[in-house]
Amino acid sequence: MIKIVKRDEPSRAIFFLTPILAIFLTLVAGGLIFYILGFKPFEALKFFFIVPIADKYGFSELLLKATPLCLIAIGLSFCFKSNNWNIGAEGQLTFGAIVSGGVALLFYEQEGFYILPIVILAGAIGGMLYASIPAILKTYFNTNEILVSLMLVYVSKLILDYLVVGPWSNPEGFNFPETRQFSDSARLPLLFEGLRIHAGIFLALAAVVISWFIFYKTYLGFQMKVSGFSLKTAKYAGYKGKKMIILVFLISGACAGLAGVGEITGPIGQLHREVSPDYGFTAIIVAFLGRLHPVGIIFASLVVAITYLGAETAQIFMQIPKYTGQVFQGMILFFLLASDYLLFFKFKFKGSKK
Amino acid sequence: MHKLFIRSFVSSLVFLFTLTVAAVAKDVKAAFVYIGPTGDHGWTYQHDVGRKAVEAAGFKTTYVEGVPESADAERVLRQLANSGHDVIFTTSFGYMNPTNKVAKEFPNVKFEHATGYKREHPNVATYAARFYEGRAILGTIAGSMTKSNVIGYVASFPIPEVIRGINSFTLAAQKVNPNIKTKIVWAFTWYDPGKEAEAAKALIDQGADIIAQHTDSTAIVQIAEKAGVYAFGQASDMDKFAPKAVLTSVENNWGPYYVERVKAVANGTWNQKDTWHGIGDGMVVISDLDSAIPSNVRSKVKKLQADLASGKVHAFTGPIYDQKGNLMVAEGKTADDGMLAGMMTYVKGVEGDIPK
Repeated sequence: MIKIVKRDEPSRAIFFLTPILAIFLTLVAGGLIFYILGFKPFEALKFFFIVPIADKYGFSELLLKATPLCLIAIGLSFCFKSNNWNIGAEGQLTFGAIVSGGVALLFYEQEGFYILPIVILAGAIGGMLYASIPAILKTYFNTNEILVSLMLVYVSKLILDYLVVGPWSNPEGFNFPETRQFSDSARLPLLFEGLRIHAGIFLALAAVVISWFIFYKTYLGFQMKVSGFSLKTAKYAGYKGKKMIILVFLISGACAGLAGVGEITGPIGQLHREVSPDYGFTAIIVAFLGRLHPVGIIFASLVVAITYLGAETAQIFMQIPKYTGQVFQGMILFFLLASDYLLFFKFKFKGSKK
Repeated sequence: MHKLFIRSFVSSLVFLFTLTVAAVAKDVKAAFVYIGPTGDHGWTYQHDVGRKAVEAAGFKTTYVEGVPESADAERVLRQLANSGHDVIFTTSFGYMNPTNKVAKEFPNVKFEHATGYKREHPNVATYAARFYEGRAILGTIAGSMTKSNVIGYVASFPIPEVIRGINSFTLAAQKVNPNIKTKIVWAFTWYDPGKEAEAAKALIDQGADIIAQHTDSTAIVQIAEKAGVYAFGQASDMDKFAPKAVLTSVENNWGPYYVERVKAVANGTWNQKDTWHGIGDGMVVISDLDSAIPSNVRSKVKKLQADLASGKVHAFTGPIYDQKGNLMVAEGKTADDGMLAGMMTYVKGVEGDIPK
C-alpha cells in the first residue's frame, strides 16, 4: 500500500529534479500524442528534438532563439523571486523595441560606432519605463500588477501597430506596415559569417552572471528572497518594500527591452508588427522551468527554444502540424506544476522504514 | 596558398557539377510557407487548395503553417531551401525581406513571393491577384441590392491593395446606384474574428444593409446572418457559414498559377516576373450567385464578369474623381497598373479619411 505524506520541509533535491521529470513526462506524453495522430513516435521526437540542432547552423539557430527567452526569463526571475507577478514582459519587450527602433530610425543611413550603444540603451530604458507603470501603480495605488502588466501588453502592441502603419512607415514602402531597414551601424554584429547568431547573446550571458551575483551575493538578493518567502517577515525586518518592488520591475523591464532590441537590431533589422512571437509569455515558462535560478534558466531557455525549431522541422519532414510546438510548451509547464506536488508530499510504501 | 586555391576551386567545380546533375535528375519539389493555419477558411486555406493542385499535378509538396513574420520566417525559408525544395512560395507580404535575403544565399532555388514588390535577385518572382476585379462585381451587386444606400466595408490595412478594392467596389456600385455611400471601418488586422465582428456590428449600427470585407475570417458573414443583412465572402466560398447573408464570394484561385510555375521549374523555363492575374486568367473566381439576387442584377453581373475577363471593360475607367472632386482618371481613359499599384486616395462616394 502507498501512503501520501506531507514532507516536513520542501525537498531541495526534488526542487531541481522536477524540471527534468517534467521534461521527461512531456517527451512521453508527446510521443503518445504523435502515436495517436498516426506518426511514429520515436521518429517524430527525433525530428522534433534532435534533427533541428544536428548541425552547426541548427545549433546557432537554437542559440538565437534561446537568447531572448533567457534574457527575459532572467529579468522575470527578479520579479517572481520577490513575489511580484510581472506577466507583461511581452509589452516591455515591445515597448523597448519601439523606443530603440525609433532611435535607430533617427540614425537612418548614418554610420558611427556610437549608434549601436545608444540604440541598445534606448531599448533598455524603454523596457524600464514600461515596466515602471505596473510597479508604480502597485506601490502607490495598490493595484494588481498581474492585470496591469498584462493589459499593457495589448496597449504596447497597438502603439507599435499605430507607428508602423502611420508615422514611421517606410515612405518608399507603399504604406505597408513596416519601417525602413536600419543602417548597419544600428545592427548588432553577427558572430559568424553565414549564421544569424549575433552579439545579443553576450547581453543574455551578462544578465545571467549579474543576476547570479545579485541573487546570492547582495543585500538586495537577500531582501528579495525574504519577501518571496513572506511579505510580513520582510516588513517586520524593516525592508523598504516599495523601493525593492520598483527596482525588480525596472530590472525585469530592462531585460525584456533588451530582448526586443536583440530581435529588431539582430535578425529582423526593422520594426514591423510582429517583433516577437510571444517571447514575453513563453519566457514565463522558461523562468519557472529554470527554477528562477540563472543557470537553470539557461538550460530551460534552450529546452523551450527547441520546441519552436522542432515544430518547424517536424512539419517540413513529417507533416506534423506546427502548432504541436505550443502543445509541448504547455505540457512542460503543466507537468512542472503538477510535479511540484512532490516538493511538499512524498509517497510512503508500506513496509519501508519511517 | 596557390595550391590550396586551385584545389578548392576544382572541388567547388565538382560540387557545382554534381549539384546541377542532381537538380536535373530528381523530381521537382515545391514548398509553401503560410502565415495562418490551413484551416482558416480564408487566405491560407486557399493557398493550400492551390498546393493540393500542385500535388494533383504530380509534384511533391511541403508546407509550413503559422510561420510568424518575425525572425522565424528566415529560418523556415532557409531550412526549406536547404532540404531539397526547388521552388518556395511565400504567401504573405511580411515574408518579403526574408525571402529576398534567403534567395541571395540559394541561387539555385526559385522563390515566389505573394503580394510583394521586391525582386532583388534573379531567382525571386512576385505574384498577386487583381482582386479589385472581383470587388467590381461585388460593388455591382451591392449597389443594386441596397435599400439604405449605405454599404459597410471592413478593411484591414490602408495599403494600395485595400484602397484599390474599396475604390473599385464603390465605383461599380455607383454605376448602378449613384446615391450609395461606402462606410469604412479599419480593423488593422487580416485575421481576428473578434475585431472583425465588432467592425461589422458598428457598420450595421450605422445603417449599412450590406457588408463587404477585406479581412479573412468568417466572423463578418456570420454577424450579417444574425443581423439579417447581406454580406460577401472573402478568399473562399463562405456560403456555408452564412447561407442567407452571403450573396457571393470572391475566391482566390492560386492553383493554376502554382501548377504553371512548378512545371516551369521542372522544364527549366522558370523566369523572374511579376504576375498580376485577374478574372480572365482564373486567379480571381466569383462563387455561385445566391438565389436572393434578382435576375436583372444577375445578368448585369454575368455581363460585367465576361467583359472584365475579356478586357473589354476595366474596373477603373474614367471619369473617376477623388473625394475632393479632383479628376483622377479622365473620361475614356483607364488607370494603368502603375497608378493601381500606388493607389492611396479614395474615390468620390467613400466616406472618411485614409488613416495616416
